[in-house]
Amino acid sequence: MSGHDHREDGVSRRKVLECMTWAGTGVLWTITGGVPRSLGIIDSAQAATAPGMTFLQISDSHVGFDKPANPNALGTLEEAINKINAMPVKPSFMIHTGDITHLSKAAEFDNAERIISQSKLDVHYVPGEHDFLDEEVKFYRERYGRGTKGQGWYSFDAGGVHFIGLVNVVDLKAGGLGNLGAEQLAWLEDDLRGKSKSTPIVLFAHIPLWTVYPEWGWGTEDGGRALEYVKGFGSVTVLNGHIHQVMQKVEGNVTFHTARSTAFPQPAPGAAPSPGPMKVEDAKLRAMLGVASVNFKQNEQRLAIIDTPLQG
Amino acid sequence: MKTLNRRDFGVDFGLTLAAAILLPATTARADDNMEVHIDNFVFQPAELKIKVGTTVTWTNRDDIPHTVVSAGKFRSKTLDTDDKFSFTFTNAGDYKYFCSLHPHMTGMIKVE
Repeated sequence: MSGHDHREDGVSRRKVLECMTWAGTGVLWTITGGVPRSLGIIDSAQAATAPGMTFLQISDSHVGFDKPANPNALGTLEEAINKINAMPVKPSFMIHTGDITHLSKAAEFDNAERIISQSKLDVHYVPGEHDFLDEEVKFYRERYGRGTKGQGWYSFDAGGVHFIGLVNVVDLKAGGLGNLGAEQLAWLEDDLRGKSKSTPIVLFAHIPLWTVYPEWGWGTEDGGRALEYVKGFGSVTVLNGHIHQVMQKVEGNVTFHTARSTAFPQPAPGAAPSPGPMKVEDAKLRAMLGVASVNFKQNEQRLAIIDTPLQG
Repeated sequence: MKTLNRRDFGVDFGLTLAAAILLPATTARADDNMEVHIDNFVFQPAELKIKVGTTVTWTNRDDIPHTVVSAGKFRSKTLDTDDKFSFTFTNAGDYKYFCSLHPHMTGMIKVE
């Protein structure tokens, strides 16, 4: 990664330790006057001066994953949380865009909770497909489903922004993509009814709501319907995970953004035979994991997103 | 993986020989076990033609869990790396199936 000048005399022990501490953070988002926007890589100076409300996004912790791409996914989640705890400005809360666990085992949920709770932040979750794998599909719901509708969707308001957590990992159809379904879409339409068009909207869900790469299932079949409902709003930000890499696009008033995983990277669309975990050199792993931070400032037009690798 | 020892080989060989004598060469044995592998988010082979009574075993060789689901017909548990799922086809027909976690993964078993 940039900023790391590996000179002839090699990497000093201190440098290596610095790198280690950067392994696997989140995305810092700033919402300024309604439009979330990426601030780029978080550094302390930016974070310290970011005005307004700030919240964090972390994603795809895959607690329980122990394959070569990252034998210790719990460890890199902990590094991410440590990174968050070290931020100069404490975020208001955190969202987790799913795949908390790898196999939906009770112990995996417990371990994730034990580490994430060290941030001492309120965390708003949406499930990934890896969180609904237990036979009765109850572990996620017992922990995070309280007060939610349907399969776990909900909305809340914070700092003048309306947040909507959607579930697009249930009842997937053969040959298709992520799925919201008629019941959830009807709820969404109703949830937005009567809202002032100047209310900034943040939609978050596990699988990208926009079509990133259908060949690998990276998109949501009826995501376009959800986006229709928010079309008239002045500022819409869509935050997703699932693809384990940062991808961003802006379309009119809508900003789309995907966060890094805290566990393992996945290849760029079409860059490998499959979207499976990408094994990179150990020294490079932490530059490909991370968190995101978002800052919202009243009366400005953009919401700022900062993607922070665990090491970069 | 199943390791073949000399004795297994002898038995298999004997059965194969008997089948070859008793049945036309193109007819599959009804008790055949067939394999489908999951590699790189793909069912291989994507389409399998089998006889009624055949058991098909799917093996997940990816680092990511998958499922094998044919709506209303069969549904595996979540298969972690190297986990297997078997289903015996007792009725003729076309069985489309997919991975309910990664629905772009599809396959077909044609039973005659």
